[in-house]
Amino acid sequence: MAYSKELIDHYENPRNVGSMEDGASDIGTGLVGAPACGDVMKLQIKVSADGIIEDAKFKTFGCGSAIASSSLVTEWVKGKTIDEAATIKNTDIAEELALPPVKIHCSVLAEDAIKAAIQDYKSKAATANKGQDAAE
Amino acid sequence: MTAKTWTQNNPLYLDYQATTPTDPRVVEAMNPYWTEKFGNPHSRNHHYGWEAEDAVEIARGHVADLIGASTKEIIFTSGATESNNLAIKGVAKFYGDKRNHIITCVTEHKCVLESCRALQQDGFDVTYLHVQENGLIDLDVLKAAMTDKTVLVSIMAVNNEIGVIQPLKEIGQLCRANKTFFHTDAAQAVGKIPLDVDDMNIDLLSISGHKVYGPMGIGALYVRRKPRVRLVPLIHGGGQERAMRSGTLPTPLVVGLGKACELASKEMAAEAERLHGFQNRLFEGLKERIPEIFLNGDLVHRIPGNLNISFAYVEGEGLMMGIKDLAVSSGSACTSASLEPSYVLRALGVEEELAHTSLRLGLGRFTTEEDIDYAIERIAKEVNRLRELSPLWDMAQAGIDIKSIKWAEH
Ligand SMILES: Cc1ncc(COP(=O)(O)O)c(C=O)c1O
Repeated sequence: MAYSKELIDHYENPRNVGSMEDGASDIGTGLVGAPACGDVMKLQIKVSADGIIEDAKFKTFGCGSAIASSSLVTEWVKGKTIDEAATIKNTDIAEELALPPVKIHCSVLAEDAIKAAIQDYKSKAATANKGQDAAE
Repeated sequence: MTAKTWTQNNPLYLDYQATTPTDPRVVEAMNPYWTEKFGNPHSRNHHYGWEAEDAVEIARGHVADLIGASTKEIIFTSGATESNNLAIKGVAKFYGDKRNHIITCVTEHKCVLESCRALQQDGFDVTYLHVQENGLIDLDVLKAAMTDKTVLVSIMAVNNEIGVIQPLKEIGQLCRANKTFFHTDAAQAVGKIPLDVDDMNIDLLSISGHKVYGPMGIGALYVRRKPRVRLVPLIHGGGQERAMRSGTLPTPLVVGLGKACELASKEMAAEAERLHGFQNRLFEGLKERIPEIFLNGDLVHRIPGNLNISFAYVEGEGLMMGIKDLAVSSGSACTSASLEPSYVLRALGVEEELAHTSLRLGLGRFTTEEDIDYAIERIAKEVNRLRELSPLWDMAQAGIDIKSIKWAEH
């Protein structure tokens, strides 16, 4: 199987590898996939007060396509608002990396990871707000 | 020795269970039989035929010698797949009226499992024995599964994924005592470990050319003469190979298999000793450089040319992509279209998440000590790099049990 240059580049030189402090209220964490299925992605976003993704980090257990897909989305989400980031489609990821058909599920997982991270950020923000309301 | 540089397009071959390169001495022995000595070995009327026939019979002798058989007990086939089909279906169909039960095991090669499945469709009963954690069958379980209806026990000599050696002699004894035929798929065993059909009470034994440094497209089936084992043929025709396998024998391939077996008889002991050293060096080297790796299958009851290791927290296919200068194979799902990890590893009770992290490393005749050191270096570097990328490695380091997390299975 011949992989695309883009895919190999992301696999060999993954961008934005790392972790951010999970507890912080401006961090959203998405953890998707399952070890038993052979892929797990952890995607984290750091969101500014005006809803812009300032930073993104990932760690992935999986095949080269899974690693490349998650590396790519960390690049894509940076600088976007959370609403813009939520519109990233797996088909865009698959196209950019020229994923072979058997690897499409890796791009689906990457899309799920973004959505999960945004969801996590939003629910944290909601509880933080509630906390504030109660204090007032 | 000059250091070779291995690249993606010229990788270091560590996949000797998939196939072995044809030994140059084998190619040399075959060469005349394509051109000058091209006769049909079944032509009885002229020199070309006789010369080809002589070559075939000499080859048959070499194959027989390697397993302690006599020449008349060797049938040439197209490979171990055909030999296994012929042995299992042939015996079942011949004796099926009286005995219709077959015993095999869950870690067999697909060609054995599928032959048994096909017989189930025809009304045979098949017992698929489970294996122990080390990959070996439990003899008590085998004994308990045998009945007076059991016509055949088919248990492989050496497993192609994990290299474990089944207790052939003990299985043979149980079969003989029950008047049950014993077939063994010895594709991965012939030329690797000593085999003696009489000592081990083996009635049928399958051989593959391309796993013993011979050519692809040739194999053999040993069929015992005393007491006689009878088979219904799969292929009907001119009645060659004592009517058990019709078709003109491919003289060059037969000569190649013969030469490969002759070489194995002479060199097996020394080769096994050398590979044993390499196996040890590789396993120890990897353990020293990489924490938390797990050997799949028994270490002692194992051919020296195989290691199958789970590199926890690093997915096998992802790992292979990083070591493209090594030709290895993975028990991970993703290499096949099925997305299921290896059924052999699952049968040992290896957890799915660990099965996804396994590599099969196959060593053989042309492996050097330098190759071993290179492989250790490359695998260690890549596993450690990918662990830095792995969220599961992080969790393990933080003392989080990954089983305590509720994963969304997809
Ligand atoms: C254990 C075992 N049995 C059977 C086979 C099939 O052999 P062949 O390729 O000669 O048909 C193989 C090879 O893949 C094998 O490893």
